[in-house]
Amino acid sequence: MVVKVNMQTSAPTPVVGTHANQAPPAGEPAKITARDVNVYYGANHALKSVSLDIPGKSVTAFIGPSGCGKSTFLRCINRMNDTIPGCRVEGRIGLDGDDIYDPSIDPVSLRARVGMVFQKPNPFPKSIYDNVAYGPRIHGLETSKTGLDDLVEASLKRAGLWGEVHDRLKAPGTGLSGGQQQRLVIARAIAVNPEVILMDEPCSALDPIATARIEELIDDLASQFCIVIVTHSMAQAARVSQQTAFFHLGSLVETGPTGMIFTNPKDGRTQDYITGRTG
Amino acid sequence: MTDAAQHPSAKHLKKRYAAEARFKMYGRLAITIALAFLVILLGRIVLQGYSTFTTNTVSLPVYLDPARIDRADLSGSNYDYLVSLAVLKALGETEDELGTMSEDASALISRDLGFQILDKVKADPGLIGKTITVTGPVKADADLYYKGEIKRSVAEGNRKLNDRQLTWLDRLKKSGRVHGGFNSAFFTHGDSTEPEQAGILGAAVGSAMMLLVTALIAIPVGVMAAIWLEEFAPKNGWTDLIEVNINNLAAVPSIVYGLLGLAVFINWLGAPRGSPLTGGIVLALMALPTMIIATRAALKAVPPSIRDGALAIGASRTQTVFHHVVPLARPGIMTGAILSLSHALGETAPLLMVGMVAFVPGIPSSFIGGATVLPVQVFIWENASERAFAERTAAGIMVLLAFMIVMNATAIILRRRYERRW
Amino acid sequence: MIFLIALAALLALSASAYQLARRRAVSSAGGRLAILHSLPGYHGTWVALWTGAPAALLLVLFLIFGARLEGAAIQAQTPPAVAKLDAQRQAVFYSDVQATAAGKARSAVSWDGELKTAFEAKTAEARNISTLGLVLAIGLAVVLALAGFLLAYPRLNKDFRARNRVEGWTDLLLVVCSAVAVLTTVAIVASVAWESFRFFQSVSPLDFWFGTDWSPQIAMREDQVAAKGAFGAVPLFAGTFLIMAIAMILAGPVGLFSAIYLSEYAGSAVRAWVKPLLEILAGVPTVVYGFFAALTVGPIFRSFFNWIGSFLVGGPLDGLGQYLAGVQNQMALTAGVVMGIMLIPFVSSLSDDIINAVPQSLRDGSLAMGATKSETITQVILPAALPGVVGAMMLAMSRAIGETMIVAMAAGLQAKLTANPLDTVTTVTVQIVTLLTGDQEFDSPKTLAAFGLGLTLFVVTLTLNIIALTIVRKYREQYD
Repeated sequence: MVVKVNMQTSAPTPVVGTHANQAPPAGEPAKITARDVNVYYGANHALKSVSLDIPGKSVTAFIGPSGCGKSTFLRCINRMNDTIPGCRVEGRIGLDGDDIYDPSIDPVSLRARVGMVFQKPNPFPKSIYDNVAYGPRIHGLETSKTGLDDLVEASLKRAGLWGEVHDRLKAPGTGLSGGQQQRLVIARAIAVNPEVILMDEPCSALDPIATARIEELIDDLASQFCIVIVTHSMAQAARVSQQTAFFHLGSLVETGPTGMIFTNPKDGRTQDYITGRTG
Repeated sequence: MTDAAQHPSAKHLKKRYAAEARFKMYGRLAITIALAFLVILLGRIVLQGYSTFTTNTVSLPVYLDPARIDRADLSGSNYDYLVSLAVLKALGETEDELGTMSEDASALISRDLGFQILDKVKADPGLIGKTITVTGPVKADADLYYKGEIKRSVAEGNRKLNDRQLTWLDRLKKSGRVHGGFNSAFFTHGDSTEPEQAGILGAAVGSAMMLLVTALIAIPVGVMAAIWLEEFAPKNGWTDLIEVNINNLAAVPSIVYGLLGLAVFINWLGAPRGSPLTGGIVLALMALPTMIIATRAALKAVPPSIRDGALAIGASRTQTVFHHVVPLARPGIMTGAILSLSHALGETAPLLMVGMVAFVPGIPSSFIGGATVLPVQVFIWENASERAFAERTAAGIMVLLAFMIVMNATAIILRRRYERRW
Repeated sequence: MIFLIALAALLALSASAYQLARRRAVSSAGGRLAILHSLPGYHGTWVALWTGAPAALLLVLFLIFGARLEGAAIQAQTPPAVAKLDAQRQAVFYSDVQATAAGKARSAVSWDGELKTAFEAKTAEARNISTLGLVLAIGLAVVLALAGFLLAYPRLNKDFRARNRVEGWTDLLLVVCSAVAVLTTVAIVASVAWESFRFFQSVSPLDFWFGTDWSPQIAMREDQVAAKGAFGAVPLFAGTFLIMAIAMILAGPVGLFSAIYLSEYAGSAVRAWVKPLLEILAGVPTVVYGFFAALTVGPIFRSFFNWIGSFLVGGPLDGLGQYLAGVQNQMALTAGVVMGIMLIPFVSSLSDDIINAVPQSLRDGSLAMGATKSETITQVILPAALPGVVGAMMLAMSRAIGETMIVAMAAGLQAKLTANPLDTVTTVTVQIVTLLTGDQEFDSPKTLAAFGLGLTLFVVTLTLNIIALTIVRKYREQYD
């Protein structure tokens, strides 16, 4: 990976965006609080006692080598792990203080509050319009035709896709380019007005130009949502996030403001990873 | 939860979960319906057929009256009448002038006893004038009465046996001459017009002979065709056409194969009608596409690295395929072969077209002579009007299903045992 | 018998050719096997093939076509007494001649007077011809075997590429086997189309495909005016489609929902039990379903409707009551429902494959939006799988149309143009079976009509299959 080679030769040089690396306003309570989270796939202990606070209205990046548990932890936050047979989650994850694994919490409405964007763009085999309108329709958020039209337009605009697709909203969403599809999926997630957006390596299937657009978009959205992004690319984590958490072998090794993790990590393993010695 | 309630999506939740539950219930209902049908289907067949496996036999002392046996023409004498008289004697009744008593009596006892006497007399004419004891099945209707399927409560006109015959049967039973037991005739006889004499063995042998023909044609031809298509054929328009053609052939209605067999093999080539040979060839053509598809799947599952490895040490393409790829694909090929043969075993329609519906008594012994097979035997018995054939039809189905289960179980075991994950 | 001996002799000949060729190959290399291009076994096989294969092929061809050739030779000159007979009796005459000559049982017809002389003369001729044929065939086979050996054997030397030659033979064999599959299609089309063509010479195709009166039992002769229209197949098509529709109404939803439940809801334990059970249902021979329909489902339906009818008779719905009281076992509903049961596992397993081909990412995408499972299925998975499901349904329809035993045992024989599921209808396949079972002469329009029906059946199911398989293939490629 080109990025890695760069990291190896020169010291980590995070590209600083407009919002990036500005520490969140102090004193604001964390949006997501995880305490002692353990995840098992059958007999496999995939995530070991992770405790982490994620602040709202900012971008938090999870980094770490493959299989380190970062995606697993991400999927815990909107209970997508429930859909995997044999998967067991222990511990407590709070969203605004409420335990999302409490029996009284319904995963369906939880997922309306915590949206998710996947590695591979997965637009439904429907029109662009219907893709964006899918969430509002199933949740019954908007019933009038004009209301829905407005919502779709607003969501596409927030996702920066409106200009490219406004004249072909009835065209199939699968006909868009990879980067456009990923923005469509983000628009789809935004349409239900979630509080948190989880992104699981959202750019790994995209070319550099499309990646840059998504990163800009993440930057824009950070003012409105709590965004958690899993990424393989340390450069990307450095570019878009304000906080970074480093996972290794199922454990959370280190967490802190992105600038600090990349310039002055406390743990040797983090140091090794960001300088390219492991991973 | 307060926060959850705040999100606008929460208000529809109840309705959505109701829809979810409803949908899931439809799925459960569908599975239940499908499985219920299976239970009803198999249950009905077992209930209708199990009684075939037992039968009632009767032992009678028969007086071989010299006045009624023509020593010069032993085969031409009426031994059934002697048996009827023996029945009357055992019951203490006497024949009337019109012969109605013996007629009623002969309707109770299988003609098998008469044939037994004929055989014995032929072997030892000295028996004539003596009394011998013969044992054989009662007639099918009498058997049904003993099994409780013909009931006295039914009006006399609506049942096969009259009140007097029922009384006789009761008395015979009471006298200890009637014994229930395993119906070995069903497993050792061929078809017969008399239900109590009809057996499944003829059809089972016919099926075995026919399947042998089918296997000898469909397996080698199918495997070799699949090898060519998968390993040697160039990828061009022609091979695409062959591929499409094979997939479509697999879905052609079986009766069309019967028409092919009738027009080409019987009328044009003069193949013997209704023989295991002709039936087997027709079924082989029918089984060929499935055989090819299964073999190709098995060959496809062998990873290319095996081929590369063999080619790299200097084996020719043919050697690679026959020494390395085919042996590795063999379990898959065998599974496919057994499954297509099991399918052929249950096939009926095309065999009706090539004349396999004829009544064939006894056990077939030649590949070019007339024969019948298990499913066709079921069809023939189902059409027969006698009530006793209905239970034999169900019993025939049980035998057919037993064969198919054995074949499928073999295939499953083979697959489990030799399945390889690359 | 004599053929088996001839074939065995040929086999022995080939075996000795193999040994000779092997030895020659070894000696050509002076015993140093390493300098041989091919292993000695390949040399042996190649020569053995040239010795045995062409001659064996000749013998087998003679076995298949010999009787026909002999028949043609015997019939080359028809004695005047026989020529006076009509075509059918001539055919019987000649089949008797051949049977008597071969020492087999012949028909019960007695040939008297000048026919007797002709019969005896022809029988003697037939004996001569078949002896001659046999001698010729075996003689030719011997010549071929020797020629093959003499052609192949001298070519052997240490550089001879015997392996490549043998592999050439293997390739040829493989290609021939593949050709059988294609030839089957050609044979189906040719035979069914040819017999249909003969049928359409006596019955106009328009009358056949668009006529509404079907009564083939009426003997058809040229002088019969009323015969026209007796072969109108529309009621058969209508009956076939009625039963197919009933079957699909049952099998479509039940099969689809079973597949949905199994692939999306059921745990692995349930799947492990239910799937094999459904496979059993799929493996039950159709004749068993036919028995079930005729002896269980039919009587149950009839008594149910008769029972309902008994309440209505005499009331305001008297007409309906009378009708229900008179419905029969063979109603279209019986065959349709049982055929539907047969198709449930077929639809379910096809749909299962189709649904599983929908990528997991779409499910995740929908669930992550907060959709429930059923919303995900109905609004994302099924629309995505729609082409595949349509294809699966079409394949099931094609199966229903071509299914024979259930309808042959449980549907009626009377052709009726109706959409009422409680009426008795007949189908294309039932009529084919009825027209062709039993002893019928082959040339009457009545039996040929079966081929007309067969052709129609073949074309309809083939069209459905081609469309369905194309849809399904395109669908799979989309997600590959």
